[in-house]
Amino acid sequence: MLDLEKVSASYGAFRALFEIDMSVATGEAVAVIGPNGAGKTTLMRVISGLIRPRSGSIVFDGQRIDGRRSHRIVTAGIAHVPESRRLFPRFTVEENLKIGAFVPAARAQLTGRLARMYELFPRLKERRHQLAGTLSGGEQQMCAIARALMSGPKLLLMDEPSAGLAPVVVDQVFDLVQRIRTEGFTVLIVEQNVQSVLDVVDRAYLLEVGTIRLKGTAVELREHPFVRRAYLGM
Amino acid sequence: MDIFLVEAMVNGLLLGGVFALLALGLNLIFGVIDVVWIAYTELMMIGMYAMFWLYAKYHWPFLAAAAAAIAVVAVLGLLTHFLIIGPILDAPPINQLLATGGLLFFLQSFATFLFSTEFRNIGLRLPTLEVGGMFISVARLLAFGVSLVGVGCLYAFLKRTYWGLAIRAIAQDRQIVGLMGIDARLAYGLTSAIGGALAGLAGCLLVLQYDVHPFIGLSFGPILFMICVLGGLGNMLGGLAAAFIVSEIIAVSGFYVSIDLSYVLAFLIFIGLMFWRPRGVFTR
Amino acid sequence: MKRKLAVWLAAIVGLGALPFLGTPVYLLHIAVQILLWGTVYTAWALMGRFGMMSLGHGGFLGIGAYVPTLLWNYYGITPWIGIPLGVALAVLVAVAIGFPCFRLRVVGHYFALVTLALSEVTERGIVAARDITGGSLGLTPNTVSGTSLFALQFPDKRYFFLITLAVWLVGLWVWHRIDGSMTRLSVTASAEEDAAAAVGINVTREKLKVLMVSAALTSLGGSMLAQYLMYLNPGTLSGVMVTLQMLFAAVVGGMYTALGPTVGSALTIILTESLRILFGTRFIGAANTIYGILLIVFTIFMPVGIWGCVVRRLERRPAAPSFRRS
Repeated sequence: MLDLEKVSASYGAFRALFEIDMSVATGEAVAVIGPNGAGKTTLMRVISGLIRPRSGSIVFDGQRIDGRRSHRIVTAGIAHVPESRRLFPRFTVEENLKIGAFVPAARAQLTGRLARMYELFPRLKERRHQLAGTLSGGEQQMCAIARALMSGPKLLLMDEPSAGLAPVVVDQVFDLVQRIRTEGFTVLIVEQNVQSVLDVVDRAYLLEVGTIRLKGTAVELREHPFVRRAYLGM
Repeated sequence: MDIFLVEAMVNGLLLGGVFALLALGLNLIFGVIDVVWIAYTELMMIGMYAMFWLYAKYHWPFLAAAAAAIAVVAVLGLLTHFLIIGPILDAPPINQLLATGGLLFFLQSFATFLFSTEFRNIGLRLPTLEVGGMFISVARLLAFGVSLVGVGCLYAFLKRTYWGLAIRAIAQDRQIVGLMGIDARLAYGLTSAIGGALAGLAGCLLVLQYDVHPFIGLSFGPILFMICVLGGLGNMLGGLAAAFIVSEIIAVSGFYVSIDLSYVLAFLIFIGLMFWRPRGVFTR
Repeated sequence: MKRKLAVWLAAIVGLGALPFLGTPVYLLHIAVQILLWGTVYTAWALMGRFGMMSLGHGGFLGIGAYVPTLLWNYYGITPWIGIPLGVALAVLVAVAIGFPCFRLRVVGHYFALVTLALSEVTERGIVAARDITGGSLGLTPNTVSGTSLFALQFPDKRYFFLITLAVWLVGLWVWHRIDGSMTRLSVTASAEEDAAAAVGINVTREKLKVLMVSAALTSLGGSMLAQYLMYLNPGTLSGVMVTLQMLFAAVVGGMYTALGPTVGSALTIILTESLRILFGTRFIGAANTIYGILLIVFTIFMPVGIWGCVVRRLERRPAAPSFRRS
């Protein structure tokens, strides 16, 4: 479904990504793990169009999307849950969800989609008229994910969904990811919490300093000595 | 209470309506695009000239002329954004202020060039009502009423429509609106056009009360900026409240001292208030 | 370094000799205006180059113009005392507005709009006090026949040219001093204030210093303009429009170099004069229309201004090998 070929990106003179090759198949859940500053968020932003790649190609569903502006990548079917949620603080939960469905195709099915989200996330339904800025961390994450799902994406990008959340809430978030998978969504998830994320995905890539250092199935990576030592503390 | 004082207060209220309209436009643009159009009242001036041209010179019916004038200024707003602001969207604020300052120069002088510095009157005299010993001009009442309608329409647009929602979203987080499928450029254009239209509407209303000349923008501009800063730049409700409060201050003090002195007083109060609450008196 | 100094001295001597070499009075008249306004624009640019966009300098100009003249007209106080008093008042007002602004982090748009209020108040105040100041009709300093050092009035433009030259050079020297001692301030410009404060730079004090100097120089320029033109008008020597004029000249001329604003001044004055000569009163507003367009164009495409570009070209001359990234 998603294919990255030799994708490079930079912030001005600073090279963040070096010729990344990566792919995500329909229905899969793939993780990108790695330390801070590795370029994981940059990778997400390049895919969703917030940043233009310097070179390389990104193909989604048979179309090239690199170089497209982000709003046109959303219409192609990719939704991005940004790092630190980035909810609209002065909107209510419901308004955040509504704005997620801005694309005409989603707008047409607004009521249906809203109902579906409230089914998936009952806590959000309780708080639908509450200002998003006043939600707890876990609730904000749920709202951000729901907002992204409102556009009816084929591929969901999640940037560090567990960041800044209490351990109990982290577990809830990963349960959520599992549930989203069973709903049929394809997921690409960037995470620092290696332990938890490898439990919910099929495959993973290890990104360090802008390059892919390792790749394989989740099991393979979990068993890999380097990963065990550096990231799983074993 | 002295009936003339009450009359002054009423007139202040009525004037406040038009300032409310202008403040809304300026705050909308600032809230969404993060620029202050220094030349905003000059756009209003163009609207006034358009009214003069179409109504007084070419004898269009009033409403048609008004609609056209509003459209003209809306387009001017679009042009301002795409030609002037767009290229320097990410530049430091000083550059944006400089550029819109240049626009102010340009619009004023261009109007001087086309129409000379003479004061032009639209030639439409609306009656004056006598209410309980006070003389209230119908033009002022009309301006107030239409302004409120304009404010209401804008409110409805922002709260009830999807594009209104999008615009309110951009005002909160510009960088990720693309992720919602919102074309930011389009949203900016829409905002600029609405801002222009509001200025044009204000112009149509003011041309009923004032003669138009190239520098009329300077009579309203600084006060408008003062209002918006007091209310908190970008804060629409704050701007609304500030518009009426400042208009009242000017009207009431104008009753006791000369009109020029009343402006001086208002400005001094403004500077004082700014230091009490630098982010705007009404900011949350 | 020595060569630069020599060039400067030669230029100064050359300029100083100009009036005595039979230069036509009209040209001297133009030159005086270029230099005086150049001083005013340089004063504005002192702040503009550090990102502090003040729209209140029309106020300082007005104070500098009106205070000495009013003192002279009503109390016979010589401008030698009146001008410093004007400067002092301008600086006082500057601090009164600047200190709270900088302390409370009123910057950017807010700062520009708050200072705009100052220009407005000054112009309107002058108009409101029309019984004293003559309001919009203007004010003329009481003339003293002949040349008078006491009254600082010189019908002979040559002497005024020399005084103007001196004032202008003072302005450039001030610029030079600020430039040297305030490299720290470049850091505080725009968004780096927190970082600068963290490194121990007293942001407020640095900014205030620049503001005070800028206000003082502007006031001085205003005083000299009043003395030269022998006619004051709140619209031309105070208010928002004259402030925008400063913006224009500084940006188009180049506000990051010492000579830039003067280049801007030369540009505006020569442009106005040329248009007046060529078209008379037929195209009033043509000059400002051009200014407007130029300001927009320069802000977008050439923020360093004309002189800034020239300086950059000149500095690239030495053919030293530059490290290029492949």
